Amino acid sequence: MASQTTAAPWNDPGAKPLIRFEGVSKRFGDFVAVDQVDLAIHKGEFFSLLGASGCGKTTLLRMLAGFETPTEGRIFIDGVDMSAVPPYERPVNMMFQSYALFPHMTVEANIAFGLKQDRLPQPVITDRTKAVLDLVQMGKFATRKPHQLSGGQRQRVALARALAKEPKVLLLDEPLGALDKKLREATQLELVNIQDRVGVTFVMVTHDQEEAMTMSSRIGVMNSGRIAQVGTPVDIYEYPESRFVADFIGAANMFEASVRQSGTDQVVVNCPELAHDLIIAHNDMLPEGTPVTVMVRPEKVAISRDKPAEGLNWAQGVVADIAYLGDVSIFHVRLESGHRIEALQTNLRHTDERKLTWEDPVYLSWHPANALVLTK
Amino acid sequence: MILYGLLILAYAFLYVPIVVMIVFSFNASRLVTVWGGFSTKWYGELLHDEKVLDAAWLSLKVAMTSATVSTVLGTLAAVVLVRFTRFFGRTLFTGMVTAPLVMPEVITGLALLLLFVAMEAVVGWPSGRSFTTIVIAHTTFSLSFVTVVVRSRLSQMDASLEEAAMDLGARPLKVFLAITLPLIAPALLAGWLLAFTLSIDDVVISAFVSGPGATPLPIVIFSKVRLGVSPEINALATLVVTVVAVAMAIAGRVALKREQPRPQ
Repeated sequence: MASQTTAAPWNDPGAKPLIRFEGVSKRFGDFVAVDQVDLAIHKGEFFSLLGASGCGKTTLLRMLAGFETPTEGRIFIDGVDMSAVPPYERPVNMMFQSYALFPHMTVEANIAFGLKQDRLPQPVITDRTKAVLDLVQMGKFATRKPHQLSGGQRQRVALARALAKEPKVLLLDEPLGALDKKLREATQLELVNIQDRVGVTFVMVTHDQEEAMTMSSRIGVMNSGRIAQVGTPVDIYEYPESRFVADFIGAANMFEASVRQSGTDQVVVNCPELAHDLIIAHNDMLPEGTPVTVMVRPEKVAISRDKPAEGLNWAQGVVADIAYLGDVSIFHVRLESGHRIEALQTNLRHTDERKLTWEDPVYLSWHPANALVLTK
Repeated sequence: MILYGLLILAYAFLYVPIVVMIVFSFNASRLVTVWGGFSTKWYGELLHDEKVLDAAWLSLKVAMTSATVSTVLGTLAAVVLVRFTRFFGRTLFTGMVTAPLVMPEVITGLALLLLFVAMEAVVGWPSGRSFTTIVIAHTTFSLSFVTVVVRSRLSQMDASLEEAAMDLGARPLKVFLAITLPLIAPALLAGWLLAFTLSIDDVVISAFVSGPGATPLPIVIFSKVRLGVSPEINALATLVVTVVAVAMAIAGRVALKREQPRPQ
C-alpha cells in the first residue's frame, strides 16, 4: 500500500512540499467553511482529507481546483501562488463525486476533451486516450456513451479522464462514494496501485475512515473548518492528539481523570470511574491535578475471568452486552460505577467451552503503553 | 371500461371542434353549416388569394425571426438566472423577466404601440407599423416563455459537468459551447417551438403593432370571419393545423432520439 511504498518526505524539514496552504480561510457570508488552514502535501503522496460532512474538506479541495477562492490566505502548487490562476490553467485535475462524465460524448471523446484543450496533435491525443483507457481496463468501452456503462465503469472512465492530462495533482472528491461495498473495497486497492504506477500526487476527500486508512500515505482529519491532526494512518489511530480525533477514528474507551503523579516516561492518574489509579506511558510532565482524558482502544483491552498479572492496568465488571461480528466479538463490560468499557476479542476457535456470556464477572486489563493521556 | 370512456370523452372534448372544421373545409357548399358534398375547391381558391398568401408568408417570417431572437435572448437570461446567483438587481431581474407571462396582452400591445409611436417621433425609427415592429413585439413576450423552459432544464443539469470541463482546461465560452449548449439543446428546441406557435397565432398584440402594409395571418382570418365564416377560412385553418402537427411530430422524434434507452 501507499504507506509502505513511499518514503516519508514530511519528516524531512528540508523537503519542499508540492502543495502548500498558508493561513487559508473561506467564509460564505457568516458561515466559516475553512478556518486558518496550514497544510503541506508532498510529491507522490496519497493524501486524504477526512471528516464528517460540513467540516470543510470539500471546500478545501475546491479551492485547490480553483472553483472557490480563499477569503484569506494563499495556496501554492509547486511554488506558484494560485490566487490569480483560473481553474482551466491550474496543473490539477479533479475526479468528481458524480463523475461528471459528459453525457453527449463517447468514453473516448470524454477523455480526449482535456487533451484537445491543450491543442495537442491528433496522434498524441489518440495514443494518450488509449493508454489511460488501458490503464483503467476500459479499452473495450471506448465508443460507448456514459449512460451505457455501469457505475463502476463510469468511475474508471472518470479516473482515466482526470489522469489523461498528466496533472501534477489529482483531486478526488469521494471517488468511491457511489459504489457498493464489495466493489469499493476492490477499487480502493486498485486506485492505490494506479497511483503507484503513474506517480501523480493524489489528494482525496472522504468521510469514510476505513477508506482513508487503507489508501492514504497521510490523513488530515478535519473538524469544523480546521485541521485537527495530520499524520500517517498509524499516527492517527494509535496516537491521536485530541479527544476529537480519538473519538472520530475507530472506537475508543475514554475516561475523565486527573493527574496524580507525573514522571519522565509515565503518568499516574486518578479516575473516578475506577476503583484504583491508572499508570499510562507519557513523555511530557503534567502538573498534578491536570484534568485529562484516558483513551484505550477496544482491541488493546484483554478480557478474562482471572485476575490479570501485576503491572497491568485493570478494571472489574460484568458482561453487559456481546456483539458477535463473526471474526471478532465486542464485549461491553459494565463497571461498578456504571461506566461501560468495550473490549474486542478475536474469535480464534469455532466453539469455546469457556465462552463468556451475559452477566459473567470479568477482569479487563491493558498495558500502560497501550493507553493514551489526552489533554486537548 | 369507465377509464376508456373518460379518455374518449377527453379526446372528444379537445379535438372534435378541429375535426369538424377539417371536415367542413372539404364542403362543396358555400353555406358553412350545410354539407353539400366533397370538394377541394376552397383550397384552390385559397391559392389564388394574394392577401391570404402574403399574410401567411409574413406570419411565417415573423414567427421564425421572433422565435430565433427570443431563443437567443431567453437562453442568455436563463443562464444568468441559474449560474450567476449573486449580482445587483437579481431579484428584480427574476421578476421582470417572467412578468410578461402574466401581463394582459392588451396592455402589452398598447404599451408597445405607444412606445413605437413615440420612438418614431423622437428618433425616426421604426417607421410605421411593419415586419420589424411585429417581430419586436412578439419577441418581448416569447422571450419569457423561452427563459422559463430553458431555466428549468439548466437548473436540472449537474453543475459539476461545467466545472469538469473547466477543470480539463476549457475556457468559460468553450465550456458553454461544447458542454452546456448541447445538453440544453432539447430545451432550446422546445422553447423555439413554443415561441414560434405563440407568434404565429397571436392576434391581440399583433392587432396593435401591425399596419396596412404588414398584416399577419391571424389578423386577416379575424377580419374575414367578421364578414362571415367562409369554407375558405376552414381550408386555411386546416393547412395551419397540418403545418403545426407536422412540426410537433418532428420535434417529438428529435426529443425521442436523444433519450436512447439503456441497452443493459
